[in-house]
Amino acid sequence: MDATILLLLLQDGVVNGAIYALIALSLVLVFTVTRVILIPQGEFVAYGALTLASLEAGTLPGTVPLLLGLGGLAFLADCAEARHTLDGRTLLRLGARDLALPAVVALAAWLLAPMKPGLVVEILLTLAIVTPMGGFLHAVAFRPLAHASVLVLLIASVGVHLALTGLGLVFFGAEGSRTPPLSDASFPAGPLLVSGQSLWMIGLTLAIIVALWLFFSRTLLGKALIATAVNRLGARLMGIAPSLAGRLSFSVAAFIGALSGVLIAPLTTVYYDTGFLIGLKGFVAAIIGGLASYPAAAAAAILVGIIESVASFEASAFKEVIVFMAIIPVLLWRSLRSAPIEDEE
Amino acid sequence: MKRIVRALALAGTVLAGPVLAQPIKIGVTIAKTGPAASLGIPQANTVTLLPTEIGGQKVEWIVLDDATDTTKGVANARKLASDDKVDAIVGSSVTPVSLALIEVAAEAKVPLISLAASSKIVAPMDDKRRWVFKAPQNDALMAEAIAAHMAKAGVKSVGFIGFNDAYGDGWLSEVTPRLEAKGIKLAATERYARTDTSVTGQVLKVMAARPDAVLIAGSGTPAALPQKTLKERGYAGKYYQTHGVANADFLRVGGKDLEGTVLPAGPLLVAEQLPESNPVRKVALDYTKAYEAKFGAGSLATFGGHAYDAEVMLANAIPVALKTAKPGTPEFRAALRDAIEGLKEVVYTNGVVTMTPTDHVGQDDRARVMVTIENGKWKLLSATN
Repeated sequence: MDATILLLLLQDGVVNGAIYALIALSLVLVFTVTRVILIPQGEFVAYGALTLASLEAGTLPGTVPLLLGLGGLAFLADCAEARHTLDGRTLLRLGARDLALPAVVALAAWLLAPMKPGLVVEILLTLAIVTPMGGFLHAVAFRPLAHASVLVLLIASVGVHLALTGLGLVFFGAEGSRTPPLSDASFPAGPLLVSGQSLWMIGLTLAIIVALWLFFSRTLLGKALIATAVNRLGARLMGIAPSLAGRLSFSVAAFIGALSGVLIAPLTTVYYDTGFLIGLKGFVAAIIGGLASYPAAAAAAILVGIIESVASFEASAFKEVIVFMAIIPVLLWRSLRSAPIEDEE
Repeated sequence: MKRIVRALALAGTVLAGPVLAQPIKIGVTIAKTGPAASLGIPQANTVTLLPTEIGGQKVEWIVLDDATDTTKGVANARKLASDDKVDAIVGSSVTPVSLALIEVAAEAKVPLISLAASSKIVAPMDDKRRWVFKAPQNDALMAEAIAAHMAKAGVKSVGFIGFNDAYGDGWLSEVTPRLEAKGIKLAATERYARTDTSVTGQVLKVMAARPDAVLIAGSGTPAALPQKTLKERGYAGKYYQTHGVANADFLRVGGKDLEGTVLPAGPLLVAEQLPESNPVRKVALDYTKAYEAKFGAGSLATFGGHAYDAEVMLANAIPVALKTAKPGTPEFRAALRDAIEGLKEVVYTNGVVTMTPTDHVGQDDRARVMVTIENGKWKLLSATN
């Protein structure tokens, strides 16, 4: 390996790491607010990429009927949740959020998809289709279990992941898709060729880290979310609705996932089940960051990306083994450093 | 009087009914879901096109999904053999599951026609594999064609990038001795996973070895990623792929980066370009037409052809077996096995088959063609080699 190859590998590692960082950030976000380890995060990535690819091809993506279906289920779940205080106004509000909003998005997708309205509109449409799914999934699958243990939440998370992967196969078929890059520009930097696409990825990752940090440290809503994470009952007594916090965090996670999908789709072929491995590598990074710190998770994600890229050069047959083994020393170090917690609640 | 005759006739049909109505049952276990779904889906589609009557007997197709999972595949086969009492089993789509089915077929004494590629499924021939036949070409047949083409094109060294699983292993072990025999050096062997999103590391390593050609041993659209990355990094040598990529999605995902790639494939892939004299042409075109009429133009994948070929073999063997025994009996299953083993010069969509007690694939050079990719389409290079 000479210096040029090392530089190329580092570049590849950082670009891949940026996606793992986005995943790790949303995992940390969802976990700190709801204690759910969001395994379906990878599916949001795949849905984002494949929805965009369908729109590119001028067909109505299968995620649109899914959005409508999930909205309907969420409406029922919301009505059940609010059954003691259900009046006309609440019903109207819930209907607008769970039924009317997806219907508008679906209508827009149905009208615009055959017209091939261009990349920007298609990306916005993709984000509009996938983002609300996060909130709906929370209402349908996780809110009823909000008081359950982390283990039960994890099991529910695995269930949602399996369901979404299966639906992905039905919607998009077994073979993957690619989309054209956001920008064709590329800049020579020494021996490297930096593509516009990779600058977009790194730039957006940094922007999201900064935005999350500002949101949690500077805004009332952000502080309320953290308060919910620290003590659900206490936050509730202060007038913060835990279900709102959960819904919000899931929506943000779905948004980041869909955005990652849009960013990664031009770089590689995305399949209905690609999300899981990307999600797993993001999870490794989130664990290294202790499932608590955004900057640590992001830095760890870049490290995972670089380990992966160097491993694929040095020992391609053992690449996956090397990447996932990186988690073991971290877990050892963490378990030695932290005091045992008797009761999580 | 008329009435009595009619009543007697009616009674006759009712009594004779159960004997006539005993249909031939064929169990199918394929990967409609899971990692090999791109193989299993066209195969499942193909089964819907298959005839429901062979040799004057009703035929019932029972299709089960094994999700590319060995345990599930074995459970399916056991269920088909013991509950449904099928006369033959077709499947599975991939090698690992098919290898596990050998045991079940031998135990239940049911003929099995595998739709997977590895030659290990039917070799070495032993008591268990007596019951097992295979529709797709052996990797060896294809590897030989690639080595011959490389030698003719003046390639001296080859870089290998293959799947990090049985598919890549199989190709590496088949192609290495054949390249050596032609005096071609294997300059680098790199592996990657089907789910990888980046193969930059592997590609840099291969390029550092400066080979004349690169052989990518992958199947379906994941095989496009190394080629795209090689192009991106400016690799200017020759590109070879395997017959595992022969579907329309590969062309769609790979786009213009695939131009000029050479690969061996079953003749079904380029049926229209085969010369009129080629016996495979008519069968392959008939199947293509029937498939595309139902599932859309350009939807054909050669994997579905293997399911069709399994039916062609059965359709030729069943009438022979019917002469000695009745469907649904152990005698019929044994007779069917013997009849498949006795197939001679039977033309199907991927070649011409002549089985022998030691060769349960039964193909020759007519089962492969060399193909290149030109203007986003498959183009026939030569009918043999």
